[in-house]
Amino acid sequence: MTTVSLVVMVIYHIMSAFIAFVLLWSIIKTKDVQEAILYCIILIPFTLRVFHLK
Amino acid sequence: MSDKWLKNTKIIALTITVIVMFIAGRAFYAHRYFKGSVVLSSGVTEVKKLSDYFSPLKGTMNDCNIYILESGNPGGTAMVIGGNHPEEPGAVLAAQVLVENAQLDKGRLIVAIWSNRSASTVSRPGDAYPQFFHIPTSWGIKKFRMGDRWANPLDSWPDPEVYVNYPSGQMLAYMDIRNLNRTWPGKADGSMVEQTCYAFMELIKKEGVGLFMDLHEAELEYPVISTIVTNQNAQEVAAMASMTLTAFEFERPMGMEFSPPSLHGLSHREVGDYSGALSLLFEAPEPFLDRVRGITDEHLLLTGEDPFVMKAGEYGLLYEKIDEKGWPIDVRVGRHCSTVLQVIQTYSEMYPDKAVALSKVPRYAELIEKGVGHYFYDPAEAPVERVVYE
Repeated sequence: MTTVSLVVMVIYHIMSAFIAFVLLWSIIKTKDVQEAILYCIILIPFTLRVFHLK
Repeated sequence: MSDKWLKNTKIIALTITVIVMFIAGRAFYAHRYFKGSVVLSSGVTEVKKLSDYFSPLKGTMNDCNIYILESGNPGGTAMVIGGNHPEEPGAVLAAQVLVENAQLDKGRLIVAIWSNRSASTVSRPGDAYPQFFHIPTSWGIKKFRMGDRWANPLDSWPDPEVYVNYPSGQMLAYMDIRNLNRTWPGKADGSMVEQTCYAFMELIKKEGVGLFMDLHEAELEYPVISTIVTNQNAQEVAAMASMTLTAFEFERPMGMEFSPPSLHGLSHREVGDYSGALSLLFEAPEPFLDRVRGITDEHLLLTGEDPFVMKAGEYGLLYEKIDEKGWPIDVRVGRHCSTVLQVIQTYSEMYPDKAVALSKVPRYAELIEKGVGHYFYDPAEAPVERVVYE
């Protein structure tokens, strides 16, 4: 892998982890149950990407 | 809506999310890190890694096993790669049949079963591919990993806007930077798949490979099917082999066509042009890959039976025939094994000083009669030092 690709890949993983954290925080803070369930669904692919599984 | 009700609902939703993530994550992990056993025939004299020829590949997903079968008698060197596109299981199984059965009587044979191993660790998103397929044997069920056409984005990402093949400068689709059959002859400081091709080219040059064969399967909607695609440097071998196979062995003809000189990145073009080895690519029919197919499951993958593809054939939309018998995996592996044997035999007759002779590899009729599983051996019964994992 070229160095540029590697750097982009690392940044992407950091962004994925940040978004996963924001989603988790939003689930805790929201007063809307529909929003909470929606954030839970969105959380799945970001978490799997952070763990380098998909 | 009380705070307590909201809190409990959130806890339940998060719990379900974690359970779903665990189930999905476990399935993805099991697929990505699955280890398939290979029982080495007594003809295998050495197992190397691809990184032995190009060290930057060490530790990557594409550092596949390289099986060397040495006769000890002078002759040439032939090479076979399977798993260039891991969604084409006939190619993988035929390469593994060679490793588990072949005995070399003259010259050498080099085999890579999973040449783009990273592509075997991902299936095609949205196409509902099965993660694994299973081949019945006399000692039980042997499990194989189903893959994709392109390397896993987890191993090579991001893709460029347009992939520019090196060194031809030809522009290709963005994802073809992860396609092992678009990145030849490779690039030492390129992407992982370009480096994989570069490593194979180093192998071909260092080991003095004179005959290179790349095994594939294709959809029936695609005109390059049931054929040998040949670099111009191998046209006599390919023509003689295709005529012999069609006349004496196969129920459906085996064609032969030239590698277009201006179409770059494919093994049949670049291996021949950049190494001097005679380079050929074999295609067998795989209805599973057709876009008009019905249910995409393991049954279709292994039997090649599909009423929708058959209907397309009735309307003359296909480049290969199909009936209710489909294209079973035994037929497809049989075509590959016989084509490899016939090409090697023809090559040896035309270049006697570089002859390669091998035995114990089943041909088309034997594979159909006994099934491909008959040629895989029980790793539990084999000596530990003769079992390797892919």
